[in-house]
Amino acid sequence: MTFASLAPVYPELWLAVAAMALLLLGVFRGEGSTRLVSWLGVAALVVTLVLVRAQPAESQSAFGGMFLADGFARFAKLLILIGSGFAIVQSLGYIKYNRMDRFEYPVLILLASVGMMMMVSANDLMSLYLGLELQSLSLYVLAAFKRDSERATEAGLKYFVLGALSSGMLLYGSSLIYGFTGSTGFVQIAEAVKASGSHASIGLIVGIVFLSAGLAFKVSAVPFHMWVPDVYEGAPTPVTAFFAVAPKIAAVALFCRAMLSPFGDIAADWQQIIIVISALSMLLGAFAAIAQNNIKRLMAYSSIGHVGYALVGLAAGTEEGVRGILIYLAIYLAMNVGTFACILSMRHRDSLVEGVSDLAGLAKTHPFMAFLLAGFMFSLAGVPPLAGFFGKFYIFMAAINAKLYALAVLGMLSSVVSAYYYLRIVKIMYFDEADEPLSKPLRTELGAVMGITGLFTLLFFVYPAPLLAAAQAAAKTLFP
Amino acid sequence: MTIGLAHYLSVAAILFALGIFGIFLNRKNVIIILMSVELMLLAVNINLVAFSTHLNDLVGQVFTLFVLTVAAGEAAIGLAILVVYFRNRGTIAVEDINMMKG
Repeated sequence: MTFASLAPVYPELWLAVAAMALLLLGVFRGEGSTRLVSWLGVAALVVTLVLVRAQPAESQSAFGGMFLADGFARFAKLLILIGSGFAIVQSLGYIKYNRMDRFEYPVLILLASVGMMMMVSANDLMSLYLGLELQSLSLYVLAAFKRDSERATEAGLKYFVLGALSSGMLLYGSSLIYGFTGSTGFVQIAEAVKASGSHASIGLIVGIVFLSAGLAFKVSAVPFHMWVPDVYEGAPTPVTAFFAVAPKIAAVALFCRAMLSPFGDIAADWQQIIIVISALSMLLGAFAAIAQNNIKRLMAYSSIGHVGYALVGLAAGTEEGVRGILIYLAIYLAMNVGTFACILSMRHRDSLVEGVSDLAGLAKTHPFMAFLLAGFMFSLAGVPPLAGFFGKFYIFMAAINAKLYALAVLGMLSSVVSAYYYLRIVKIMYFDEADEPLSKPLRTELGAVMGITGLFTLLFFVYPAPLLAAAQAAAKTLFP
Repeated sequence: MTIGLAHYLSVAAILFALGIFGIFLNRKNVIIILMSVELMLLAVNINLVAFSTHLNDLVGQVFTLFVLTVAAGEAAIGLAILVVYFRNRGTIAVEDINMMKG
């Protein structure tokens, strides 16, 4: 093996080496180097972004076909890197004021990003598992990163136990798939599936069910969602902001590839599973969030609902559906990063507050933030002409073209229901009086994050062509 | 009677089910949950090795080695989180892990 044959893996190699170098830097400079390590981590992510962009357009593979850098993976990687970069920038202020500014924090985010990039490039059950575990193990530690907080450690413990359970199910499914098709590579599995004709063996079906159950855990789709609200509420807020974006994008992208690439020929056998979990996720996301008063918990249910919408595109199983998913994920990234930047700015005197009612009177004290948060809420609810509407539009169009009428109608109804709790936040900000409104000045970096994502969300409709074209090109590579 | 592939798969399936039940039915101690997780991963390993011999293909055994390695890392991180949790709460009983609900 020559060094040149590793070219498709350069971005991952660079990021892994950079993470380890930053770890060394942190150890040698001691405590107090968090800020430096964080900004260098952001710089490392930007360099990775450039490396991913610089790769040639055609698909390349490495490690004997286990690693595939194609258009689909590259699109997902760009989203993941942007999400991770925002996550580091957003947490700078929080980790300083909450006595968790240890330099391992940005390093863990970088390592999780390496894992996520491996996940979306996985072309073999083995590389899928290793990427997934690299990501998960970093995330378990991040969830419990605030070591002296009962809630954070409880969140970490719950996340670990359920994450380990889901990895076990995924592995059991992988072992059955290996046994019944005779190989672990997605290409070889696809050939074996094709050779066996339209009726897959029962062992293979059981394997696919276990694999999709494990992946549904990772994307937090109903009925495997029970860890999400607790972990989102208990984990420190910037960690929640990270969880809600990059890992979710990586897991949805991995779900698409792991279903479509090896098992595309027996789509009829697994489509019904995806239809059911996506319908249930949309409904639960819409109804369970209504009663929530903690805004992090509310965003947890909201993210369950959004995964449901994204899975509608996978249920369609077409190129158009995958294009819809990619557009949806890009828009979801902007909306959620922006919303969490607003949540991270909710401060009374010294402590952070998380109640929905604490937002009362925000329009008077922080008109800029209130305006943007209202924009994000309208966008999450899917009100035109904001970005969120277009995300849902392309997904539902794909579902209708794939003749999934019931699922599309259900999706629209549940997005109407979910509009209730999104718009309630807008009402509280603009019309309710507060005893003690949030009056702390906005941190510069949070304001900048809000501004960038807000601009994208509000003005997406003016010039959507580049994103649509990129998603189209990326979706095409998944259907050779 | 010769021991065939089906026997290995049955043992693995039983171990896997025991692992899952151990996680959901156990009300006492988080350590038992960690042991159950290990049991599940070992069941997977039996599956992989059995298939590997049956198919006369080494990939399954390579996969097993990866699973073993990752399982070690996972156990280390799990125990570390558990220690931190115990320092805060002074208990690791499963029924006490209930600060967040709803």
